[in-house]
Amino acid sequence: MFVISWKRETDFNPGQVIKIAADPHEPPRIYSICSGNKEEELSVLFNVKPSGILTPKLAQMNPGDEIFVSSPYGSFACDETPAYWISTGTGVAPFYSMIRSGRFKNKKLLHGVSFANQFYFEDFLMEELGDQYIRCCSREKTGDFYHGRVTDYLLGLPELPKEDKYYLCGQALMVVEVRDLLIQKGVPYHQIFAEIFF
Amino acid sequence: MDAVKEPLFGKTLNELIQLTVDLGLPKYTARQMADWLYKKPIGSIAEMSNLSKKNRDLLAEKFGFGAIPPVKVQVSADGTKKYLFVTGNRQFIETAMIPDDDRTTVCVSSQVGCKMGCLFCMTAKQGFQGQLSAGEIVNQIHSIDEAASVSNIVYMGMGEPFDNLDEVLKSIEILTSDWGYGMSPRRITVSSIGIVPAMLRFLQESEAHLAISLHTPFDEQRKSLMPVQIAYPIREVVEEIKKWDFSGQRRVSFEYILFKGLNDSALHVKELGRLLNGIKCRINLIRFHPVPGTPLASPDEETILHFKNQLNEKGIFTTVRASRGQDIYAACGLLSTKEQNVGK
Repeated sequence: MFVISWKRETDFNPGQVIKIAADPHEPPRIYSICSGNKEEELSVLFNVKPSGILTPKLAQMNPGDEIFVSSPYGSFACDETPAYWISTGTGVAPFYSMIRSGRFKNKKLLHGVSFANQFYFEDFLMEELGDQYIRCCSREKTGDFYHGRVTDYLLGLPELPKEDKYYLCGQALMVVEVRDLLIQKGVPYHQIFAEIFF
Repeated sequence: MDAVKEPLFGKTLNELIQLTVDLGLPKYTARQMADWLYKKPIGSIAEMSNLSKKNRDLLAEKFGFGAIPPVKVQVSADGTKKYLFVTGNRQFIETAMIPDDDRTTVCVSSQVGCKMGCLFCMTAKQGFQGQLSAGEIVNQIHSIDEAASVSNIVYMGMGEPFDNLDEVLKSIEILTSDWGYGMSPRRITVSSIGIVPAMLRFLQESEAHLAISLHTPFDEQRKSLMPVQIAYPIREVVEEIKKWDFSGQRRVSFEYILFKGLNDSALHVKELGRLLNGIKCRINLIRFHPVPGTPLASPDEETILHFKNQLNEKGIFTTVRASRGQDIYAACGLLSTKEQNVGK
């Protein structure tokens, strides 16, 4: 996992995304901002895709290297109403940004990963959210977290609050599976909001 | 496509010219190859009879022909056909062929699965498995029984075309160039949920028609139907479209699936009028074909016709798209190869 940061020169709303390119002639990729909205630096979280164009380059960058970034945009924003934040992998980024911006009242964060070392920012999240931070790990047999996928965890809950909002961030298939499951458990679809990676 | 060798099928003329340079072939061979690839019913490099035997052997050493027939075809009671193709990565894609009185429309896929996660779409439920190459897109037209009579092509099958724009543009170049299929770009429509940067590039670099999946003019409602609304709100999409000239031959249309009690009200008609004010466009109303696990339903015919009439009265030319191929799951929003891809 990598975090790349640079001096913040613009305001943004936690949950917004930016486009990044290492070369202006290559198509940019979209990343959620993972830093707080009052912090001096703006950061994004990424994994290296060996076959990707951008992430192998980003991973090898040194301080002072140049990247091209857009203005922040998007509207994946939460108010103070109770909500579940459900993420997998680097999909935790927008929620981490919201927490670092102090906007996590009444929120419960579910983070699903394959291996325990992918619980990015776990120390900070445990400290800030306590038992409202639920880690789900699908491929490790030991550890003090839920063993299974996020969908397994949600399936095991006797019921889900119908009035709460549900914010999902991750790969398309996870978003679709979780949304179907929430609907199946009686959550109105209009209470579900998703940010997809593309 | 050829499992080992790089396919020739799907290369543009410029790519074929580069290939002749790389292999030391005469430059004119590029046009000859394009002619064999896209205009003649052959299936191998050996059949390119106006190339010398030596040059054919040289090509065949490095390349495969690349066009492949479908592995399965289903025929609907209404004559619609659904073709199943295998891609170079051994994944499956579907293509629909819709015959009408004087038209044969082919609905092509641009990706294996889709990343966009729309609530009402069957393809979304299989997630994203990969991009299609230009050759794999064009092959969906070239290799079907009705290839010779195809009159219209719509990029409305599996996947989001603007999430695979390079290959989509390349496929349009092959379909519309004189060295390719020589089709008019006005016979081609590319449908998108509205990824703004890619849409602008498409408008700049192609002359094909544009269709935008709208489905509701209201921001919060669209967010719950289509996650893309969070990154690219429909208002931004429409504002960009307003900067382009659609008063001539090129058309923009808006796809609108009607959902019972959700987006079929007079309020929606009013807001659509506001949103699309100033654009010469058409709205295509689409009947919703229920997909498993989705809490949405189609309104009755009376509501659909009333909605259509209200829009027409507002001055927005509106039609209702005929549902075709529903019995073989070839209708709008029903294409999926999840089971085949899982079982591969």
